[in-house]
Amino acid sequence: MDRALRRRIANGLFVGLCIAATLVALGALVLILWSLLTQGVGGIDLKIFTMTQPAPGSPGGLANAIVGSLMMCALAMVLAVVVGVLAGTWLAEYGGRTTYGQIVRFLNDVLLSAPSILVGLFVYQLLVRPFHGFSAYAGAVALALLAAPIVTRTTEDMLTLQPNTLREAGMALGAGRGLVIRSIIWKAAGAGLLTGGLLGFARISGETAPLLFTSLGNQFFSTNMSQPMASLPTTIFQFALSAYDDWRRLAWVGALLIAVAVLAVNTIGRLLARETHRP
Amino acid sequence: MASVTMEAAAERQAQDRQPGGEALFRALCFSAATLLLASLAGVVASLAIGGWPAFRAFGLGFLTSTEWNPVTEVYGAAGPIVGTVVTSLLSLALALPLALGVSIFLVEFCPRTVARPVAIAVELLAGIPSIVYGMWGLFVLAPWFATHVQLPLMMHLDPDSWIGHLLYGVPNGANIFTASLILAIMILPYMSAVFRELLLTIPAQVREAAYGLGATPFEAVTQVLLPYVRRGGVGVIMLGLGRALGETMAVTFIIGNSHGFPHSLFDSGSTIASTIANEFAEATSDMHTSALIALGLVLFVLTFAVLAIARLLLATQKH
Repeated sequence: MDRALRRRIANGLFVGLCIAATLVALGALVLILWSLLTQGVGGIDLKIFTMTQPAPGSPGGLANAIVGSLMMCALAMVLAVVVGVLAGTWLAEYGGRTTYGQIVRFLNDVLLSAPSILVGLFVYQLLVRPFHGFSAYAGAVALALLAAPIVTRTTEDMLTLQPNTLREAGMALGAGRGLVIRSIIWKAAGAGLLTGGLLGFARISGETAPLLFTSLGNQFFSTNMSQPMASLPTTIFQFALSAYDDWRRLAWVGALLIAVAVLAVNTIGRLLARETHRP
Repeated sequence: MASVTMEAAAERQAQDRQPGGEALFRALCFSAATLLLASLAGVVASLAIGGWPAFRAFGLGFLTSTEWNPVTEVYGAAGPIVGTVVTSLLSLALALPLALGVSIFLVEFCPRTVARPVAIAVELLAGIPSIVYGMWGLFVLAPWFATHVQLPLMMHLDPDSWIGHLLYGVPNGANIFTASLILAIMILPYMSAVFRELLLTIPAQVREAAYGLGATPFEAVTQVLLPYVRRGGVGVIMLGLGRALGETMAVTFIIGNSHGFPHSLFDSGSTIASTIANEFAEATSDMHTSALIALGLVLFVLTFAVLAIARLLLATQKH
């Protein structure tokens, strides 16, 4: 076989394999979404949102889990946004170039992909064991620790994108550095900061592992944050591994709800990020 | 009226200009950054303190013994440790060619109008929560795998040959291999996203030079572009490995959760994370809890080492 032909065949094979890899990835996405839709959509009705989790065999919904998830995620996001935006601001505007700043950035990146179950163990040792009780507060703190690195990272990226002329203009008007950051830079980077929050929210709203031993779960409706509280992921975990068909059906509905919510928030976040990247 | 507000504004500006307010804001930002550092240190410290009783009781045997028995209070972590390493490496082996293929296709071959939606779709895979992967794995992938892969293999393979041993297992689909498959799908979008970024950082001149010499796209990619991003590429691999090591819920659903040492690819097993997730809330004795936290410390050391190397390699590639 002549050399040119051999090279063309090798090249064609390579391109074909690359296309095949892409099709496999897309196929996995389609298969997973298809299962979620076929198994979950049929179970969605009003009861899911109005009734709490049932005993096997009786009608019920996921109201306590949905409310619990929302409450814990909301508190976690408040904590994560405060810490993350301030930390990201420090990295971008103040100390990011110092050695300490580089260490913080590096460890933040490690924390960003650290196993979430270890964060759960940490919060268990920090908040659950000393106070002898699982609580929604502990769950929220664990979730906040998972979202904060994402918010920090996005905040730093978005603030460094802001042109220096903005800062100079503010300073020229006589404002101090902090005032310039708070009232000019944060405002200019507003959509970007929101993106960080959304991505953080998307990350934690499906988290299960750290909640297993912080908020634990609760089969009744509860809005008391100092007590164990149900959440969608832990309820799905419990129901999916149970032996009851109706519980499993509820687990699929829960999985569909979570997946749709997370994917929607993720997509909005990415679209927003694209807006801000465009100068 | 107007002069009053003017005065108030001037006063406010003066306050903001005061070094006190400035310093306070700066200190707030600094403490937030330090809090992140402290929380990572807290994770290490709490795992070391909590796991200390187990390390003291079992010594190095904790890492090498395969016996894990809450009844007799004997804990050896070799089973979950090996399970973690095997599933992670296997998932990496499955995900790496896919991630390379996807990113090379998107950057080098795909028309730009198609590339963006495809890239978004692949990144959506990263957004699906771990527990959803777990459910899908348990209810869809595992039964399919059992009937269409495991059973036919068992009927045709000689159980005494080495490959028969390697692929021996209870045909229920919940085993080390299917767990690795799920993990591979989960780490694929992260790896392909970073690979894509790396490929996009290659200067246009490098590509032009390769094609100018008459290289086919295949030769340009394998002999010029991939070697160009070698350091970062290794970083991506480590990043994927770090993710796979710590993944919890999906693995817990599908690995079969047996404690012993896994004897084949189709044997059920456990990972460090799945063991903690399964047993922690139900651990009754202090030694059991301590052993689980000690397992957590092992996992932390593993992932921290891998992630640190990944970040360092990726950081140096960008410069």
